[in-house]
Amino acid sequence: MTGWLGALVLSATVLLVAMTIVAYLTWIERKVAARFQNRIGPYQVGVPHGWLQPLADVLKLIVKEDITPRSADPLLFNLAPVMVVAPALIGFAFIPLAPGLAVVDHPYSYLFFTAFASLTLLGIFAAGWSSNNKYALLSALRMVAMVASYEIPLLLTLLVPAVFAGSFRLTDVVEAQRGLWFIAAPVVGQVAFLVFLVCALAEGNKVPLDLIEAESELIAAYNVEYSGIKFALFYAGEYAHTLAICALAATVFLGGYLGPAFLPGVVWLLLKILVLFLGVLWIRWSLLRVRIDQALRLNWMVLLPIALVNLLAAAWWVARS
Amino acid sequence: MPAAEVVGALGTRFSATPYALGVELHATALLEAARALRDAHGYRYYVLASAIERKETIEVVHAVRHPDTHDTIFLKAALAKDALEIDSLAYVWSGAEWHEREVFDLFGVRFRGHPDLRRILMPDEYEGHPLRKDFPMDTPWGYRPAKTEPAP
Amino acid sequence: MSAPIEVVEREFGELALNMGPQHPSTHGVLRLILHLSGETVVKADPSIGYLHRGVEKLSEHLAYDQLAPVYERDDYLAPTANSHAYCLAVEALGKIEVPPRGRWMRAFVAEWQRVSSHLVWLGTLGLDLGGALGGGTTLYMHCFREREKILDLLEELTGTRYHTNMNMIGGCRYDLDGAMAAKSVALSAEIARALPELHALAGDTGIFRERTEGVGVITKDLALSLGVTGPTLRASGFPTDIRTAAPYDAYPELRFEIPVRQAGDALARYQVRMDEIAISLRLVDAIVEGLPPGPLFSRKPIKNPKATKLPAGETYVAVESPRGELGFHLVSDGTAKPLRLKINAPSFANLQAVPHLLPGGLVADVVAILGSLDPVMGDVDR
Repeated sequence: MTGWLGALVLSATVLLVAMTIVAYLTWIERKVAARFQNRIGPYQVGVPHGWLQPLADVLKLIVKEDITPRSADPLLFNLAPVMVVAPALIGFAFIPLAPGLAVVDHPYSYLFFTAFASLTLLGIFAAGWSSNNKYALLSALRMVAMVASYEIPLLLTLLVPAVFAGSFRLTDVVEAQRGLWFIAAPVVGQVAFLVFLVCALAEGNKVPLDLIEAESELIAAYNVEYSGIKFALFYAGEYAHTLAICALAATVFLGGYLGPAFLPGVVWLLLKILVLFLGVLWIRWSLLRVRIDQALRLNWMVLLPIALVNLLAAAWWVARS
Repeated sequence: MPAAEVVGALGTRFSATPYALGVELHATALLEAARALRDAHGYRYYVLASAIERKETIEVVHAVRHPDTHDTIFLKAALAKDALEIDSLAYVWSGAEWHEREVFDLFGVRFRGHPDLRRILMPDEYEGHPLRKDFPMDTPWGYRPAKTEPAP
Repeated sequence: MSAPIEVVEREFGELALNMGPQHPSTHGVLRLILHLSGETVVKADPSIGYLHRGVEKLSEHLAYDQLAPVYERDDYLAPTANSHAYCLAVEALGKIEVPPRGRWMRAFVAEWQRVSSHLVWLGTLGLDLGGALGGGTTLYMHCFREREKILDLLEELTGTRYHTNMNMIGGCRYDLDGAMAAKSVALSAEIARALPELHALAGDTGIFRERTEGVGVITKDLALSLGVTGPTLRASGFPTDIRTAAPYDAYPELRFEIPVRQAGDALARYQVRMDEIAISLRLVDAIVEGLPPGPLFSRKPIKNPKATKLPAGETYVAVESPRGELGFHLVSDGTAKPLRLKINAPSFANLQAVPHLLPGGLVADVVAILGSLDPVMGDVDR
């Protein structure tokens, strides 16, 4: 679609659909987690299996009292939720939905996506610092150490599909998978995907690497002083970030919108995202939490060397063939 | 050593009289007897400290045990109610630290040489010693919050 | 509006963090004042007494027969152990005989409550280590699913799930008939089958081992000097169990192993308690099998509960509660009310280790250590 109006309509549609999916990801998570734990999950709100639960949650959070602590830094405190949600939403603009169809189809869209995804770090740190609360501060400190560390292997593994495709445009990366999904690339693809998965868990603050939000030690950590709509933004931001990462993984490792023709490409993309999300849920609800020094050791001693070697192997493989 | 021998040894060295659960000592002999029990006789495991209020005295009781034979011996020392001070055993057995704080909190017995003698169960600024017989069940004293609380 | 907030600048780089009485992981109302340097704990100062209800003072004002249910509220995860110890103390002082069936029934409920208490410990340890938003809750839900079945059995036996009011001076109140005995045997088999699943969620995972291995090591000397008891003591290498060292009730006639580990860290305490669950499940089967016939209690119907007098004297009797040695030091002056009743709470002794164990570890280790010590604040504060 060309023209300002077309772009506006497309981005509005993508945003709306993405936010609805984010809301229903919370429902999926609660149902799946409940099944892991031998219980049922949301049931009452919206008679068959509580499918109106996300709506109820959003309504509840909107009408709650919005408290700003007196000693909190007002600018950062109010800006932090926006800084957490906006980059994840911006990321949706770059995901190609069909051949040539993306809200932003830029030659460097891949780089832009990863750049924006890292901005949530600033938002979380702003939240932790401006709350003027020791628990939030501890969480912010942990987060800076951990997320910044895990960025490096994340980016190194994300370079592998770019190397295979020979381009930083996400549409090109998807088109290059017409023959073989990059995850199926012998050894290099699988290693890249696994390392990416671990780093994505760290970036998205999911158990086993959710130290910065360690509820049992830091009691909801960086968002401990937030209530009402700001808390809703953090909550939604976490799921939006997860959705964005899953979307990216589906695009660069699992072939994006590619799939047999009996379903439109967008539906294939959504199915792949769903599969990835369920995988993340499965890991999250089964494993315990790692300690900060163990997490950092894992990153620097294990993931970084593997990601480096993997990238070199991918480059060698591409140069050879 | 079985308990009878230990009781006998303590009796001769510290003029301790035996009773049902252990020995009764004079308050001044308590620290030396405790050290002897731990080092010479091997009673290295600490069990409890308590106090019993009688008509004229408050008896401070420490119970220690031999880890291998599971033999438990009670050391009891009587203090006059107007002189409630006794040596602390916190440096002989670490476990005595909290138990002695509890006896101080609930009975008002001061332990000389205790590393950190303050109230443990009641709030720090509480007045009165609840387990004394003259402390009424329906106390008129309520809880008074501290004047300054550290921020979380 | 109150005065403006003062900001106090400190020179040294220590952060004083208050893990206050309300916290998801302090196992009740425990206040820990932690001094942190970065993520490392420099000093830990526990502050207890938030659940102090004055049970010992109350003991001096109620009659002996009235007191047995009062103590069940102390260690509220294994309530019968408290009243069990109390009844044993009174019976020792008053030279009251308990008939064999009464003794065996007491042991039956005690062992089931040991399993139930350890299941709570494991579930809450999962919550501490894994967080309520992750795998910890899964472990928690699975443990509590098993525990609900135990509580149903206890409800059928005694009428209530927890504070069973089972023990009385001279025996116990509720009896096991054929159907309930069969249910107990079936339930112990069912829980034994569920144990590998709990292992798989907890101790067999690499993350659990990493979080608990070498964390919170209690050396042998420290264990003796502090007076830690129960699984904490057995994990530091001492095979001390009140059930074999100073046997009471049915235990002289029962054969069971005592799990011991040498490492003294949180992982060792985990392993000891998991072994104890399996051993207790076998014990309840043995108790059901060997239950002797006869009356449950030995005293004639009590006309005036306030008239029971005990001879003057002093006694100390302990039982092995799931947390360790729960002892009652009972002093009587010949009247119908105790002169002094001191409860030697196992969690009180175990919690004393906290200022020694926490420094040097990270904040994440605080919850692991607290969880592995398994304190119950009702027991600590009484």
